[in-house]
This record gives sequence, structure tokens and C-alpha cells, in this order.
Amino acid sequence: MMSTFRFKERSVLPGFGLSLGYALFYLSILVLIPLSTLFWKAGSEGWPHFVSAAFSPQAVASYKLTFGAALLAATVNMFAGLLVAWVLVRYSFWGKSLVDALVDMPFALPTAVGGIALATVYGPNGWIGAHLAKLGVNVIQTPIGIVIALIFISLPFVVRTVQPVLQELDAQLEEAASSLGASRWMTFRRVLFPYIWPALLTGTTLAFARAIGEYGSVIFITSNIPFRTQITPQLIYTRLDEYDYAGATAIAVVMLVVSFALLLGINALQAWSRKRMRG
Amino acid sequence: MNDSTSIVAAPRALESEKSRSQNRAAVRRATNEPVGVQIVLIALALAFLGLFLLVPLAVVFAEAFRKGWEVYRASITSPEALAAIKLTLLVAAITLPLNTLFGVAAAWAIAKFRFKGKSVLITLIDLPFAVSPVIAGLIFVLLFGRQGVLGEWLMARDWKIIFAVPGIVLATAFVTFPFVARELIAFMEAQGTEEEEAAMVLGASGWQAFWRVTIPNIKWGLLYGIILCNARAMGEFGAVSVVTGHVARTNTVPLQVELLYGEYQFAAAFAVASILTLVGIVTLVIKRIVEVRAHSQLKAGSG
Repeated sequence: MMSTFRFKERSVLPGFGLSLGYALFYLSILVLIPLSTLFWKAGSEGWPHFVSAAFSPQAVASYKLTFGAALLAATVNMFAGLLVAWVLVRYSFWGKSLVDALVDMPFALPTAVGGIALATVYGPNGWIGAHLAKLGVNVIQTPIGIVIALIFISLPFVVRTVQPVLQELDAQLEEAASSLGASRWMTFRRVLFPYIWPALLTGTTLAFARAIGEYGSVIFITSNIPFRTQITPQLIYTRLDEYDYAGATAIAVVMLVVSFALLLGINALQAWSRKRMRG
Repeated sequence: MNDSTSIVAAPRALESEKSRSQNRAAVRRATNEPVGVQIVLIALALAFLGLFLLVPLAVVFAEAFRKGWEVYRASITSPEALAAIKLTLLVAAITLPLNTLFGVAAAWAIAKFRFKGKSVLITLIDLPFAVSPVIAGLIFVLLFGRQGVLGEWLMARDWKIIFAVPGIVLATAFVTFPFVARELIAFMEAQGTEEEEAAMVLGASGWQAFWRVTIPNIKWGLLYGIILCNARAMGEFGAVSVVTGHVARTNTVPLQVELLYGEYQFAAAFAVASILTLVGIVTLVIKRIVEVRAHSQLKAGSG
């Protein structure tokens, strides 16, 4: 058994040891060792202390707000992202390539810039906020503002995940469906949607994962009021400002565990999506 | 697909030009929505993008120039703004080569060889994308801060990492860690190993194969990863905000934006923000160009 085990398959190409060695070294120094410090620190404080810090009423309120707002934003982006991807792939209109490029803006724009821009636009005197204020909708200092910021920063994920799948859809499928008498809506629902669904779910999960960690854009829209508008990253920041390192660490560990679980979930979804596309 | 077209090709040739165009129109009708529906869907998509992307983008410039060109010019040439720009450029100049070297090394190992645990390694490389920026900053405070693991050891030597430039570099390198590696892994995997193997068989050394065959083949993918990495490095806010803790003497550009905004100097805040916005727009333009080049290079490579 041991003699047949081989860590690496033979290759005529050189440099495996050097490149893998350096990559692992850099990964360890910059990512793995610093991240493990977090767990080490959380462990050194002892279990009761960890639980009381990680699940204090204030922390739990921040989890509810953060995950709730992120879920809402991801859901909005699921629908809107599918619509945008569909329109960009299927239809032709003036300025399409410009619109296509614009979709990536939240990736290229620093979150702080997005934050002050959104706070101004949706503020009581802003271009959009003034109209919303007349309707009695207040965005600034409310969870609505948090959701808007999270929609903004996670917008490209669904579009960019669904777009390639839509592009690769076989036109013959739709032709067959229609020649068999299916209506457009039925073709979409029964023929196209099953193909798009895995990618749509992947994109939505990516958006959700990105949204729960967001800090930069949200802090300009709401002002960190515990139990009302304080998201978890803000709470971690606040604990750090108070030099409560153990408290910050405990809450960060909870977030990190959720994020890791999401990362693994996304990997599984992507594998499923690829299999679905080939099969 | 080839088989089916060759079978129908013969009878099709007998069809008149008119009935063929009628067929095509019928297929288009069957696989496309009515024009009215199309217009409504396009309008909805554009309205959504307008409200959430275009309006915030436009407001940056509108607010930046609200008090006129002179105030704008004064805002972006103030000593604080220039110091912030210098620091941001310095951080990017240190971070980019580090992450690029790692990206090339990781992509070479992962894309050109088969080994056990490869998928675990790929997941680990993606890790920083899953970590909140605030936590990215926190871990370096826990390591190097005054109460941190290495805090006393650093203090004894009077080395400052947290609240100083090294901390900003570490936090930035962490959050931008996956960019180059990710792009290159996908790019190199698509290209395979045949060209390098051919070069080796023809007597090239490993370095020759790498510099003369691999690098020219991946140059667009490499550039793509680097510009994305750069945009994020220059714009990172959360992680950098944690490691500087608002007490650093110099700010990066995004921190300067926050500072000015917090002091109600809105015109100045947006003026400085407009620099970052321009960096973002230029990034998107280069990204577009590179995407087209990378795509054709990938096609040529795999063809």
C-alpha cells in the first residue's frame, strides 16, 4: 500500500518543489498562522468566557441584523442579478457593453467611496433619499440603509456567475421545447431554469458570504447603535476600540466559522453546477 | 451537432430563400420574448443598475465639484491628501509584487502538476475572500498589537507593525492575497502543459521553458489578476482601518476619505474619493481590454 502511494505524479516539468514550497510558505505566513492566532486566542480565554462574549445579547442582536440584512440583499440580487444577466446575454440594446462593464463597478470601487456616495444619494437631501423621505421612508440610520449598502457591494456576484451559464445554453433546447408546443414562460421555467439554477444559487451564496463581512460601506449609512443598527463587523471593531480583545475575538470566531462553512458550501455548489453543465 | 446539420443540409438546399427566412423568423419568435416584454425587462434591469450603481457613481463627481474646480484642486493637492496618495501607492507597490510572486508560484504548482491535496490547497488560497475585512485586520492586531502574541517581543526591539505602515501592508496583502493566484490557476489550467513539455524535450532548461513559453502565454491573465489586485489594494478600507486604529500619523486614501467625511468636509471627502473612483474606472477599462486579449490568447493556446 505504502509503496504505491505517491504524493505527486511524475512529470518532465521542473520546479514543483520550489513553487509549491514557496506558495505554502507564503500562505502560512500571511494567512494560516495569523488566522490560527484567532482560534488560539479564543481558546486561551476558556469556554465560559468565550460563550458569554460570543453570545451576549448585543452580539446575538448583531448576528440577527447582519445575517438578516445580508439574506435580504442576496435575495434581491438573486432576482435582479438574473434579470440583468438575462438582459445582457439575450437582448441587444444601445450602450449594452457599457452597462456590462458598469456591473463590475462595486468590485472596483472602494467600499468607503461606495459608502459615502450611497449615504449622500439616499440621505434626506439626496437625489433619491429626498423622494423617499416624502413617502416617509427613512434610509439613513435604519436597517433599510444597511440592506441598500449590501445590495450595492454584492451586486456583481449573481450577474457574473449566471452570465456564462446563460451564454453556453444550447439554443436547440429552446427550439425543441417550443416545437413541442411549450410557451415561452413554460420553456423558461421547465427547460432553462433547471440549467441556470445551480449557478444562480452559487452566485446568491457568494453575494451573501460577501455581504455578511461588509464593513466599509455600511458605517457611513448607519452609526453603530447597539441592538438597532450595529452589524457584527462594527461590533468587532467597537470591542477592539474598547481594548476588549477577547470579546472581539470571540465574535470574530463565530463569524469566521460561518464564513468557512459558506466557503465550503460554495465549493460544493460550484462542483455541482459544473457537473450539471456537462451532464 | 455536426451530424444533424449534415443530414438536414441536403433538403435545406432545395428550400427557397423565402421559406428559409420564414423559418428563421419562426425560430426567433419561438426562442425569444415579444418585443414589448424585452423592452420592459431591459427597462427594469437598467432602472435597477441606475438606482444602485450609476447614481452613486455620478454623485461622487457631482459632490466633488459642487464647490467648484478651485476647491476640488485644493482638496486633492492638500499636504494630507498628497501624503495619503503617497502611502497608498507605497502599500500597493509592496503588496503587488509579493502577491504576484505567490500567484505565479502557486499557479505553476497547481496547474502544471497533479498531486494529492490540490483541491484543499485551492480552497485555502480562497480563504481570505471569505474573511471579513475587519477580521483580517483583527488577526494582525492579535499577532503584533501591544497585547498581541509578539507584542512584547516587538516592543523590546522598538519595532512598530500595528498603527504603522507594516501593519497596513500586511492587512492589504491578506485581503488581496487570492487575486493573482486565482486568475492564473484558471488560466494555466486551461492552457495545459504540452507546450512546456515540448520545450523541455527539445532541450530547454526549466527556467527557459518558464520565461520563454509560460510567461508569454499567461501575460494577459497575469495582467488581469494584477489590476484587480491593485484596485482592491488601493481601495481597502476595513482591514486597514482596524490596523491603523485611527491613530496612525498618515492615512491611506480611503482612510482620508473617512476622516474628511467625518469632519463634515464633504466636498473635500468626495474630491479625494473621486481619485479612487477614477482608479476604479480605469481598472474596469483595462480589465475590459485585457479580458478580450486574454480570451483570444486562451483560445489560441488551447486550439
